[in-house]
Amino acid sequence: MVFEWPYQLCAATLFDYSWIRVIFNITKMDKLAKTGPSETVSLWNIFITFAKIGSFTIGGGYAMIPLIREELVKKGWLSDEELPDIIALAQSAPGVLAVNMSIFAGYKMRGFKGSLAATFGSILPSFLIILLIAMLFTGYQDNPVVVRIFKGIRPVVVSLIAVPMINMARKGNKTWWAWCISFLVLFLVAFMNFSPIYILLVLIVLALCFTLWKERRSGNG
Amino acid sequence: MVDPVLFLQLFWVFFVIGLFTFGGGYAMLSLIQTQVVVTHSWLSESAFTDIVAISQMTPGPIGINSATYVGYEVIHQAGASHLVGILGSLTATIAVVLPSFLIVLTIVRFYTKFKGNKIFEGVMSWLRPAVVGLIGAAALILMFKVDWSASIPDISVVKENFSDWISWVLFAAAVVASLVFKIGPIPILLAGGLLGLLIY
Repeated sequence: MVFEWPYQLCAATLFDYSWIRVIFNITKMDKLAKTGPSETVSLWNIFITFAKIGSFTIGGGYAMIPLIREELVKKGWLSDEELPDIIALAQSAPGVLAVNMSIFAGYKMRGFKGSLAATFGSILPSFLIILLIAMLFTGYQDNPVVVRIFKGIRPVVVSLIAVPMINMARKGNKTWWAWCISFLVLFLVAFMNFSPIYILLVLIVLALCFTLWKERRSGNG
Repeated sequence: MVDPVLFLQLFWVFFVIGLFTFGGGYAMLSLIQTQVVVTHSWLSESAFTDIVAISQMTPGPIGINSATYVGYEVIHQAGASHLVGILGSLTATIAVVLPSFLIVLTIVRFYTKFKGNKIFEGVMSWLRPAVVGLIGAAALILMFKVDWSASIPDISVVKENFSDWISWVLFAAAVVASLVFKIGPIPILLAGGLLGLLIY
């Protein structure tokens, strides 16, 4: 079975994370993290605060930033200088932005346990709300009123995906090279049915080779 | 009775999605779409669009919302009860968060070294435009279908999402409202639903 070993690995991670503690030397990290807040914030407080942040984040991870500032910086749990670091790190790591920010912010406050509490807190409200909607919606999918509403919503959803892309391209694509990558990926995924995962893997390898080559050349010259 | 292998597949698919999502929830949508709709055919194009709409309207990160919803739908559509469906959404949500957990905790250790590192920044300068392309592809896949079985590739409109010319007007109006007038997604989605109810 191809996907059996990763599953076992993940299951082991969920139920017993002692081996991660050994590999990543988390006990030592916990001590390092202690530089954050002046007093110890209870795990329950972290959980409740992030549950509050999670339930008011509508749209995406970026909508969470002002809420984090409001809840965490004003309470003195994090400093104003730590916030940009958290955002930058969360953006460069793969995964859901809001979750990455929760993990990092929680870690800054109470180490590994803090990151667990913050993540569970920020996920739980949306998990429960979506579950409720999913269970109710399946019964009404063929209801004529619901069908009409979603006939109007579907084309709008497509434009709500397209617009963030346009904004990101205008802000982020500063070189012709960046535009080439954007259009190549768009074409390969949309029209040639390439898997995004393989494209990203190939790009990471190519980018790594190119950057190392450039570094070496500039180092010699 | 749902095949237990489906849960393993669901876990693995969402673990990989969590691992390869760079650039937030919208980039994740494109990965979920290619894996769940195109590769595994667990959900239809229109069911996926509905899930995206609901994920945008409800509080919480889009990536988590859609993972929770897709996990439930995949198991439920395989013929399971509501309770087993909950297990599906739990599987997908945990799987999508797990890579972040491992990676962020690793990066925290090396963060001071990573910050401003030229090689790290160099790789990111390739990945950021790629993410833009991925999100664009997610939108295009919801609009057009390409059939490669004929000698000349056949491009057709996805009828479930764009049933007639009114859909295209709604699409254009939403682009203008969002791009030019900077109206948030929730009022736009509500307006779309209301107009759908009135027009159709």
